[in-house]
Amino acid sequence: MRKIYSRIESISGNVISVLADDVRYKDLAVVETRFGPSLAEVIRLDGKIVSLQVFNGGRGVSTGDEVRFLGQTMKVSLTDNLLGRIFDGSGKPRDGGPELTENMSEIGGPSVNPSKRIIPRNMVRTGIPMIDLFNSLVESQKLPIFSVSGEPYNQLLARIALQAEVDAIILGGIGLKYDDYLFFKDELEKGGALSRTVFFVHTASDPIVEALLVPDMALAVAEGFAVAGKKVLVLLTDMTNFADAMKEIAITMEQVPSNRGYPGDLYSQLASRYEKAVDFEGAGSITILGVTTMPGDDVTHPVPDNTGYITEGQFYLRNGRIEPFGSLSRLKQMVNGKTREDHRSVMDGMIKLYANYKDSLEKRAMGFRLSSWDQKLIQYGELFEKQMMDLSVNIPLEQALDAGWDILARCFEPAETGLKSDLVQKFWPKKV
Amino acid sequence: MKTEGKVVGVNGNMVSVEFTGNVTMNEVAYVVLGDKRLKAEVIRVRGNRAEVQVFELTKGIGVGDPVEFTDDLLSVDLGPGLLGRIYDGLQNPLPELAEQCGFFLDRGVYLKPLDDARTWDFVPLAKVGDKVTAGLALGQVKEGLFDHHIMTPFHLEGTWTVQSVVPAGAYTINHEVAVLASADRTQKVTMVTKWPVKKAIKAYAERLKPTETLVTKVRSVDTFFPVAKGGTWCTPGPFGAGKTVLQQTTSRNADVDVVIIAACGERAGEVVETLKEFPELIDPKTGRTLMERTIIICNTSSMPVAAREASVYTAVTMAEYYRQMGLDVLLLADSTSRWAQAMREMSGRLEEIPGEEAFPAYLESVIAGFYERAGIVRLKSGKTGSVSIGGSVSPAGGNFEEPVTQATLKVVGAFHGLTRERSDARKYPAIHPLESWSKYGGIVDDDKTASGRHFLSRSYEVGQMMKVVGEEGTSQDDFVIYLKGEFLDSVYLQQNSFDAVDASPSLERQRYAFDLVHDILAAEFNLSDKDDARGFFAKLRTAFTDWNSAEWQSEEFKAKERAIRTLMDQKQAGR
Repeated sequence: MRKIYSRIESISGNVISVLADDVRYKDLAVVETRFGPSLAEVIRLDGKIVSLQVFNGGRGVSTGDEVRFLGQTMKVSLTDNLLGRIFDGSGKPRDGGPELTENMSEIGGPSVNPSKRIIPRNMVRTGIPMIDLFNSLVESQKLPIFSVSGEPYNQLLARIALQAEVDAIILGGIGLKYDDYLFFKDELEKGGALSRTVFFVHTASDPIVEALLVPDMALAVAEGFAVAGKKVLVLLTDMTNFADAMKEIAITMEQVPSNRGYPGDLYSQLASRYEKAVDFEGAGSITILGVTTMPGDDVTHPVPDNTGYITEGQFYLRNGRIEPFGSLSRLKQMVNGKTREDHRSVMDGMIKLYANYKDSLEKRAMGFRLSSWDQKLIQYGELFEKQMMDLSVNIPLEQALDAGWDILARCFEPAETGLKSDLVQKFWPKKV
Repeated sequence: MKTEGKVVGVNGNMVSVEFTGNVTMNEVAYVVLGDKRLKAEVIRVRGNRAEVQVFELTKGIGVGDPVEFTDDLLSVDLGPGLLGRIYDGLQNPLPELAEQCGFFLDRGVYLKPLDDARTWDFVPLAKVGDKVTAGLALGQVKEGLFDHHIMTPFHLEGTWTVQSVVPAGAYTINHEVAVLASADRTQKVTMVTKWPVKKAIKAYAERLKPTETLVTKVRSVDTFFPVAKGGTWCTPGPFGAGKTVLQQTTSRNADVDVVIIAACGERAGEVVETLKEFPELIDPKTGRTLMERTIIICNTSSMPVAAREASVYTAVTMAEYYRQMGLDVLLLADSTSRWAQAMREMSGRLEEIPGEEAFPAYLESVIAGFYERAGIVRLKSGKTGSVSIGGSVSPAGGNFEEPVTQATLKVVGAFHGLTRERSDARKYPAIHPLESWSKYGGIVDDDKTASGRHFLSRSYEVGQMMKVVGEEGTSQDDFVIYLKGEFLDSVYLQQNSFDAVDASPSLERQRYAFDLVHDILAAEFNLSDKDDARGFFAKLRTAFTDWNSAEWQSEEFKAKERAIRTLMDQKQAGR
């Protein structure tokens, strides 16, 4: 029988401390508060003083509340019964269904041996030309969507989730607005994907500590599925909230902040989550799509900055469109050579012309004279934005390539595009 | 008396231990957790309480857990069989670990770094009665391409006499191959020696000045911002600027004997590319695979942070070891910022008073100490060997003013600054020609590179001016200078890394091509107006880019060179 401690020594923010024996780092405990029981996790041991972060928050915790240590770390049930279910950050059902207790596995496990990884090679098709054609998403890639509040990043995530051919989708919502949570639920239900989805949702009104658990829960489940051979897509929205939750706890624990109040281990913490993206030799894979909202649209803010160093590229979502500049899929060259022979050339050619279009726009804005070449570019740019960049466009890659040739043919002579002549001969639309 | 300890506190990967007996700073300790022993290093001692950083996840450690002290500093095993291997930051072989543990890196599993069952053909070089000092070869074995020297242990002081040495034959690494004697002691020598990673190996005659250029086959580096054998350089840049790609190509093409790659706190995916590709790629110089001259130290971003701190030292110690055999070794560390961050995390846990951006106050001296382990040395045998270090730096927000970049710039000999502006414009390599610098001598005459630099900076000025006054407001002379600078940038500084030929131009070729570029820059052309000038340089650029991808001295190469010269002649003034 485990001891029950009935004296809480200190309460500071969401962190409490008790004097206790025989407690292990990262163990769980239950704190009985007047608002009901709450889980708590050991985050520091110092002699007899045990510091715990309380998942339901420190509010309403009394010094006389009981603390009972469970003698185990945070675990999640790894079974197929998870599919179609909705949980909160600490793994409790949110959908009124039964609690799952089979095959409990630890979360936040060790990292994958690099020599057991394989070079990614499969493209994830999304039906979005700005992704498929220009910055192909690759199975086992980790890629954030850099955006600002108010942009339709959740809509974009939902669309990718519905169209990607994967065995399981795991949605980790961190500080998600309740409306957005319902939106995801409705969209996935409408798309018939709910039965292969697991939700771990922390909404904006839930206690902040639970937010910290969501990525670990989601990724532990993903890892379990992937080792069992499934292709898993993990959606994490929004990782900036995760970083902010870490900041809050770090400050409460009186850690020395490094940059804008964030703890010094922000990079390592984010990396240990994103690096769970993997293609296992002889088993399944995990692809991670995250959302990172940039406070003040500032990419040098510590959260997007550290994220950019960790992930394999990023999609910039701005004004409801995926920006061709700045957006980057570092793994695209591993797959776009195997799709259609004109893929790489069309990708490069169209982007270069679009860059020229931007120059012409600048010229126009400065009041300089526009040449006929500029006029052509402006016509091209407008078509490109309408038929390629608009997020409502939903066509497979091959159609997107054809559409690309069509736009080029409407604006330019073949030689002006800089595309190789053998490709022009094969793909340039014939005049009707 | 054996030192024993008990855990009294856990904070992240730092564990506080109360001990009896003596404890050495940086000594290795093991936290015993059930049937597992977790490796740790002592990083602070106060009274009878020591703080250790644990190289593994600390989950599950509790107050009262026993701690074993080893009295050994954190060390690596040095001996034949290191080349071609893949280790983590603590010299744990990763492929072998995968065979034993599967997909994940189980904690507390430490395997032998070197194969002790394999035999090596030993040839003695020293005779009984020879006088030897630390670092002198006693014998050698053939390791791949190299004669791997079995040396007098580096820690020995004074002169020793060879008392016995085994005859030529096949032995395992732990076989006693020689016995040395001094006035009062004897020392047994096997093929493997342990060395503490945080101490530099200094068993050489003297350090020399790095003067010989280390050819990397990156044109903008070799010609404009060269690096030297035994020199140091750093490559800072924002994310996505191509630091890693640049390091990967350097690791393939650099003109050195041994390459050690320290993947320190970066993406696992990038290491995987190297892991899977190097065994397949053939080094044109030797005809063997690249893997045979490479050691990979891999401590990626999700692996425990404390081991990340150790990994760069593990790498540089191995580099120094091969240098002792008279080889040229290149160490590439990607990224030193992650290493500095690991120090910051630990400093924060120790509650040290923070310096700038919470980095510890000793950041600069530690970075300096690391880069100072590079160098070219004259060995006691008279041969020279070198360790060159190239470190990438990942400055927060791409801002070079931050502490790690600044501390690094103070101690390196060359600076290759990558910028977002150039990488967004898809200019590879994104080394900024106006911000970067080098203190080493390059492969081309200084006068010629100086004139190239002059064009680049003038061209940039004109370009800036043109943004304000437009093309109409720019004089024809200025406009030509602008075009010449752009020309130099696009045909010489930029390289097509996907093109088999252009990706790795030889030293001779670079000299030859730069002479032609120099002629073009110096030439006066008859150009009627701006459109004429733009058109001419566009043609010249296309011709030159084509030439760049033609095989050196092939028929195609000669034909394409003639095409460039014909173009020049048509417009050159006075012809």
